[in-house]
Amino acid sequence: MTTTTRPQATVAPRQPTAPHPVRSARALTYAPVNIGLAAIGLLWMVPTFGLLLTSLMPASEIGTKGWWNILAEPSKATLENYRALFDDNELTTALITTAEIAVGNTVLLILVAALAGYAFAWIEFPGRDALFLCVVGLLVVPLQIALIPIFSLYDDTGLFDTVLGLILFHVAFGLPFAIFLLRNFFIGIPKDLLEAARIDGATEVGIFFRVVLPLGLPAIASLAIFQFLWTWNDLIVALTFGRDTQPITVAIFSQMRQFGSNIEIIAPASFISLAIPLCVFFAFQRYFVQGLLAGSVK
Amino acid sequence: MSAPQRSAVGAEIGEAVPRPWRRRAITALFLAPAGFFLAVWVVYPTIATVIRSFFDRSGERFVGLENYETLFTTDTLVTAIRNNAIWVGVVPALVTAIGLIFAVLTERIRWTTAFKTVVFMPMAISLFAAGVIWRLMYEEDPDRGTINAAVRVIDDAISPDGVLTVAQPSTPALAGSTKRGYVLRTPVRPGQRALLGLTGIPPRELPDDAAPAAVPRPAPGAVTGVVWRDFRPGGGTPGRVERQEPGLPGVTVELRDAAGRRVASTTTADDGSFRFDGLRGGQYRVAIAPSTFAEPFEGIPWLGPKLIMPAVMIAYIWVWAGFAMVVIAAGLAAVPQDLLEAARTDGATEWQVFRRVTVPVLAPTLTVVFVTMLINVLKVFDIVLSVAPGSSQDDANVIALAMWRTSFSGVNDFGLGSAIAVLLCLLVVPALVLNIRRFRREEP
Repeated sequence: MTTTTRPQATVAPRQPTAPHPVRSARALTYAPVNIGLAAIGLLWMVPTFGLLLTSLMPASEIGTKGWWNILAEPSKATLENYRALFDDNELTTALITTAEIAVGNTVLLILVAALAGYAFAWIEFPGRDALFLCVVGLLVVPLQIALIPIFSLYDDTGLFDTVLGLILFHVAFGLPFAIFLLRNFFIGIPKDLLEAARIDGATEVGIFFRVVLPLGLPAIASLAIFQFLWTWNDLIVALTFGRDTQPITVAIFSQMRQFGSNIEIIAPASFISLAIPLCVFFAFQRYFVQGLLAGSVK
Repeated sequence: MSAPQRSAVGAEIGEAVPRPWRRRAITALFLAPAGFFLAVWVVYPTIATVIRSFFDRSGERFVGLENYETLFTTDTLVTAIRNNAIWVGVVPALVTAIGLIFAVLTERIRWTTAFKTVVFMPMAISLFAAGVIWRLMYEEDPDRGTINAAVRVIDDAISPDGVLTVAQPSTPALAGSTKRGYVLRTPVRPGQRALLGLTGIPPRELPDDAAPAAVPRPAPGAVTGVVWRDFRPGGGTPGRVERQEPGLPGVTVELRDAAGRRVASTTTADDGSFRFDGLRGGQYRVAIAPSTFAEPFEGIPWLGPKLIMPAVMIAYIWVWAGFAMVVIAAGLAAVPQDLLEAARTDGATEWQVFRRVTVPVLAPTLTVVFVTMLINVLKVFDIVLSVAPGSSQDDANVIALAMWRTSFSGVNDFGLGSAIAVLLCLLVVPALVLNIRRFRREEP
C-alpha cells in the first residue's frame, strides 16, 4: 500500500472488480450529476497539476507567483529546474537509493511471504490456524512500536544507515499483509492440481515452485505493486534508520526544513518522486485495485 | 531429496506420507524465513518497547509509570492525543461518506472509469508528497497560494478593495477612524459645501487618476463638496484646498440624516468633488464610508495554528476518498439489481431506494472502509509533517508524530517515546479484535 498503512485485510482474493455496466438509458438523464462530477474531478486534479506547473516556473518567479501565471504565459515554462536538479548528484543518488530499497524489499518479501502463504494454505501442521490468526493480528501493529528497539539493534549491528537495514525492516512489516493475501489466494488453487502433483511424486518444494508460484502470479503482481509503492513512498522508516542513505522522500524533507526559499528544488523533486508511482499505478491499475479489494472487501 | 526415493521410503514403512520429522522439517523450511522476520522485527521490538517504556530516558533507571504520567500531562502530548481524537471523530466518517456519495453518483455517468481514475490517483502518491502539494495550495500569500487566490476572487466580488488603506483627518473637523469611516462634525444644509480633507496617505496609494482638487460651487437643494489630500510639498494650510493638492477620486461619500441613517451615497470624481442633489431642507451629515478604506484580501492563514488541523485533514481526505470510493463501488456492484428494480416498481423514490435498500445491503462494506480508515487515521504521520510548517507542528501534532519527534528529532527520549508507541499500539487493538472476529466469521 502506498501510504503508511496497508489495507486491513479480511477476506478472499478474487472479487468482482469490473465496474458495473452503466445503465445508459438513465445515464443521459443526469445532467446535473455529470456537471457536478466533472467539477469535482477537475478540483481533484488541481493540486497535482499545480505542483507540475509550479515545477516548470522559472526559478526567479517561483517564490513570488502562483502556478496559474504559467497558463497566462506558457512561453515562460522551463525545464531549467529539472536540469539543475539532475546536475546535482544528490537527487540521482536519492533516486537510486529509493529504487534499490523498493525493488530489493519487494523481491525478498514476495519470496518469504509466498513460502509462508503456501504453508498456511496447503501444508497441514498442528496449530496452523491459530498461528495464521496471529499473523492476521500483526496486520494492525503500528511500525512505530518497533522504531526504538530496531534503532538500537541497527546501531549495534552496523545495519544503521544502510540500504539493507531499510529493506529488512520493510520486509518484516510487509509480511502480515503479504502472507494474508497470498495464503488466501493460494487456498483458491484447485486441490486436484496439487494432489495430482503429489501423486506424481513431486516434493512440497517442487509443487511450490512449479505449481503454486505460476498459478499465484496475479496475487503476486498485486502484492508486488503494493509493496513497491509503499516502500517508494515511505518516509518514517528511512528518516529513522538512515542518515546519509536518503531515499527521495527524505531528501525532499531535508529541503523542506527551509521551505519557502527553495521551492524551485522541492517542487520538481516532489513531482519526480510521485511521477514514478503514478506511472506504476497507471500501468498496473487493475492489479492495484484487485489487491486493494482483496485486502479490504467482503 | 528426489521424489522416487521418497515414495520408496514411504512404501517401505507402509505409508504414503513422509516421516513426521521430515514433514516437520519441510514445514519449518517454509515458515522459518517469515518467522525469523516477524520475530526479530515485529515481535521482539514490541516486547522491548513495552519494557523500555518503564525506564527513564537513558534506559538505566526503572521509573514505573512515570513516562505514562508525563505523556498525559505534557501540553504538546496532550494536544497530540486530543488532535488524534478529533481525527478519529471526523475523518473516517467523512471519507466513508464522500466515498459513498462518489460511488453512487459514478453509477449515473458514462465516464465512470475516468472519474474513478482521477479521484483514485492520489492514492498512488505518498502522503508525504501529497503534503508538499497541499503546502503549496495553502500558501498564505494570495499571489502564490492557490486556495487563497480563489478566495480572493470571491472576496473581491463581494467587497471590492477600497481606494485607500490608511488616512487621517487633516483637521479636527472630521471624526472617526478608517474602520468606521470619517464623519464631518458640523452638520450641513442643502446649498452648503463640505470639505473633507485627509492626510497621512502614502504617495504610492494616491490613485493614478487623481486630478488637482477643485471645490465645487454651492448649489441650491444640493450638498456639494470635495475629498482631497490636504497636504502639499511644504505642508500647506490644513483645512484649505490649495494648489498642488490632489483630489481623491473613487472615495465613497455618504450623506446621513439627523438620526445617522444613510440617505444617499456617491463616489468622488477625479478632482475629488461630489454632489448630492434633490435634497429636502434640514440638517445632514457628510461622511467618508469605511468601504473606502477596505483592506485588500491578505490571505487566510491556512498553515497557521488555528486552521492547520482542518488544512491537514482536507489534504488527507483528498488522498483517501478514492480508496473509499473504489471499495464501496465494488460493493455496490454486488447489490442485486432486481432488488433495486423491485423497490422502484413498488413506487419508491431514488432517495428511498438508496436509504432503505442500497445502504443496508452495503453496510458490511461501509464498515470495512470505516474501520480501515480508523486504523489509518490513528497512525497518521507523514502528511502532518509535510503540510504543517515547523511553527504550527505543535498545534497539528498527532500521536505518531509526537512519538517520532520525542524519540528521534533532537529530544531523543526513548523512554517517553516508547510509552507513546505503546499508547498508539493499544489504541489499534480494538480494531485488531474487530478484524480477527470478522475474519473468523468469514472463514468457511
